[in-house]
Amino acid sequence: MSDTTAPDLSRRSGQNTREFAYRAVFFVCALLSILTTLAIVVTLLSDALTFFAEVSPIAFLTGTTWSPANEPVSFGVLPLVTGTLVITFGAAAIALPVGLLTAIYLAEYASDRARSVLKPAIEVLAGVPTVVYGYFALVYVTPALSVVFPTISTFNALSASIIVGIMIIPMVSSISEDAMSSVPDSLREAGYGLGATRFTVSTSVVVPASVSGIASSYILALSRAIGETMAVTIAAGNTPRLVDLTDPAGIFLDSIQTMTAAMVQLGASDVTGQSLAYRSLFAVGLTLFVITFAMNLISEWVASRYREEYR
Amino acid sequence: MAAETETRTDFGEVSRWKDGVFKYVTLAAALFGVVTLGVLLAYVTVDAVGWLDWQFLTSPPHPLPEEAGLFPALVGSIVLMLLIALVTFPLGVGAAIYLEEYASDGRLTRFIQLNIANLAGVPSVVYGLLGLGLFVQLLSFGYGTLLVAAFTVSLLILPIVIISAQEAIRSVPDSLRQASYGMGATKRQTIRNVVLPRSLPGIMTGTILALGRAIGETAPLIMIGVPTTVFGVPDGLFAKFSAMPMQIYTWSSYPDTAFQYGVVSAGVVTLLVVLLSINSIAILIRNKYQTERS
Repeated sequence: MSDTTAPDLSRRSGQNTREFAYRAVFFVCALLSILTTLAIVVTLLSDALTFFAEVSPIAFLTGTTWSPANEPVSFGVLPLVTGTLVITFGAAAIALPVGLLTAIYLAEYASDRARSVLKPAIEVLAGVPTVVYGYFALVYVTPALSVVFPTISTFNALSASIIVGIMIIPMVSSISEDAMSSVPDSLREAGYGLGATRFTVSTSVVVPASVSGIASSYILALSRAIGETMAVTIAAGNTPRLVDLTDPAGIFLDSIQTMTAAMVQLGASDVTGQSLAYRSLFAVGLTLFVITFAMNLISEWVASRYREEYR
Repeated sequence: MAAETETRTDFGEVSRWKDGVFKYVTLAAALFGVVTLGVLLAYVTVDAVGWLDWQFLTSPPHPLPEEAGLFPALVGSIVLMLLIALVTFPLGVGAAIYLEEYASDGRLTRFIQLNIANLAGVPSVVYGLLGLGLFVQLLSFGYGTLLVAAFTVSLLILPIVIISAQEAIRSVPDSLRQASYGMGATKRQTIRNVVLPRSLPGIMTGTILALGRAIGETAPLIMIGVPTTVFGVPDGLFAKFSAMPMQIYTWSSYPDTAFQYGVVSAGVVTLLVVLLSINSIAILIRNKYQTERS
């Protein structure tokens, strides 16, 4: 005990292997995220590839009829893609302008007190379970819309779009506000120094200066709208149809089916593990994964530009 | 002189007019979503009155709306959430410790970081397919069992847990670590005695908020085959079970208006109350430690 150096050293050497073991354990935890991505890709690919062995990818991507379980079976993904696009455009028409204006209010106009109340309140929008939003759209939004549009179907794209739009507002507003807040005050002061009003400073200085952050939030929100599942399944219905551009009213007032809703319908049905319908599930899933993953990557890349600009 | 002041006033008035209108336009936009949600919540709460009672919370589902209850789904959701917490907490904290304390700013670290950010944006229905392919088909944990659901939803919220734990760990001042090293402590001792105790409230808050998200997830449960109607509570890891969002999804497809505007409303309010309680716990933890520290 009197010699402190010797036991200390021996403990050190023992410590080193333990230190290494801890580092290895933590590393495995971090590696798990990469394994998850790999597992997603492998799972989707393996079943999708056996699907594409029987149905040609060209027929899948250009076919105009989606009927995986009923005879005659047909696996054309286009009706689902157009259905998804309708919901995405509808949701974007609400969330993109509202989200941007919200971000401008929070970053430029709101007092500290207003911000501290409004910001968490808006975040709540993203925390409500999507199945609840779907239920809201079906039993409250659609009946309200039928006052304005008497021909609206029980299941329709319009109420689903509105509710998805509300759901993704926080995604736009919080990322855009971050971008606007990171615009240096010197730029604003230069604007005010020239006699500009808050309106001019917001729209001509702050928004252009944070445009890559805003763009990134837009892409991310659209990606979320494309992948949204329960609200569109419950409210938009299960009618896979190609959108008919010559019938603008019908686009939003009738029932459609998105890629995600088609997946839920197949997943909830009793398709067996070896059937073509079961595998088509993975083909649609792969399509959805590729689209959203690409959009998330682009959003990440665009966002990294504004971060570098003002660091 | 007079003409000059006139033009200047004009200029000022026009701009201020636009400025005032724009302020209220942006305020209206900021309130739009919140007010809409508030109205919808008011409607659902009014509709739930008379349906949300003790009988509803303690009974199994029933084809008659007056007899229907949420008990198996309520218990199923809570058990599922506890299992998810058991899986995500150690894995998420472990990954965050590696990324914040061990990893150097190399290519691998940046790749892992980008990958985590992207995983957070993968649609939940795709995670359902992962669970179906990996845990149900490949590992044969059973169609729609508690264990499969716990693993699947855990993978889904893991990126959120990691990101929030990283933020909590990052907020520990470096001076504390250096003091610990200065005392001769090793990296492991520093993490265990200094970093973790200091960041634990933040980690807990993030994890609980992520669990709140997990409790509302429906699409992955449908994909892995969680049954739509279950009359009992789960009695093991390989038992079939139900969850509140699954029950709401099932009920909302019933055409009976007593279900649509009564039973489902009660279910929605129950789910939101549980969600709200979870989030309040997270906020309480955060506030308690914030005031203690300052």
